[in-house]
Amino acid sequence: MAKTYEPIATTTVSNGTTNSVEFTSISGNYTDLIIVASAKYSSAGYVIEMTFNSDTGTNYSYTRITGDGTSAASTRFTSQSKAFGGWTGASAFAANVVQIMNYSNSTTYKTALTRANPVDDRVAAYVSLWRSTSAITSIKLTLEGGATNYYTSGSSFTLYGIKAA
Amino acid sequence: MAATFYKIATVTVGSGGASSINFTSIPSTYTDLCLLLSIRDDNTAGGNFQGSAMEINADSANQPDIYVYGTSSSVGSGANSGQWSWMNTGVSTASVFSSVQLYFPNYTSSNYKSISIDGVTEQNGTSAIASLKAKLWQNTSAITSIKIKSYSVSSLIVQYSSATLYGIKNS
Repeated sequence: MAKTYEPIATTTVSNGTTNSVEFTSISGNYTDLIIVASAKYSSAGYVIEMTFNSDTGTNYSYTRITGDGTSAASTRFTSQSKAFGGWTGASAFAANVVQIMNYSNSTTYKTALTRANPVDDRVAAYVSLWRSTSAITSIKLTLEGGATNYYTSGSSFTLYGIKAA
Repeated sequence: MAATFYKIATVTVGSGGASSINFTSIPSTYTDLCLLLSIRDDNTAGGNFQGSAMEINADSANQPDIYVYGTSSSVGSGANSGQWSWMNTGVSTASVFSSVQLYFPNYTSSNYKSISIDGVTEQNGTSAIASLKAKLWQNTSAITSIKIKSYSVSSLIVQYSSATLYGIKNS
């Protein structure tokens, strides 16, 4: 059987002073990408901002559905400088799974589907759009709120590649 | 480079149904677990969609959650359901089974375990419920067993329900 689901890289935060994690030199050998992040922030749940190919222009948009245990909501955000990469937990590591489909084509804009599970705060699903036809070769996952906000030690981020054949 | 998505075990419920689907002696050689369910119970006491229950390492408690759901006519959110998702029941249209994915990152870590759950339960086009759930197992032990049950203690998981547990390695 062909090998279709392969690990590309893993980063586990060990120093407690890391604000961002980046996967670089992503090859075009796969069809889709998946990021699995188990992430925590030391004092409050914060968003994990995701940018592709170091693009921080307002070339992203995303729409979310979220529930906080009391009510459900859906919101759209346009002309953003980042896609949505997940959510950190405050009291526990939050599971996040990001799927990036057809990431290496040079014809279409790129979409990502993110499931975020900071159970001490909310549950959410996001669909993000990056308005670029470039192949994705790098992905940066930055904790929002400034460079002095850090992932808790033990937060882990793994990038997988999936081959259609 | 090695492939990393391995089947650990598959359970298919046979004739007569089963009170639970069990995965035991889960090895610690993977990074994450992914459990895929096609499932339905025989409960006829309620509606088309009923709840479920899960034991991790024989622990059915200590599983707070937050969920959001949508039906054909409404959306909502709740917490601490004590369930992993909804599933079709004994009064659902014949042959309709719910599909559910449970993803367990870092299941052997010494931290509490965060679980991502996506579920869809259809009723042959007449109604449906889709749900997203964030669940936490408040235990620092490695996960070594998972038991899937109906929320109704007297109900059985019906024949042809299936569950496959996968292990994912990050290296």
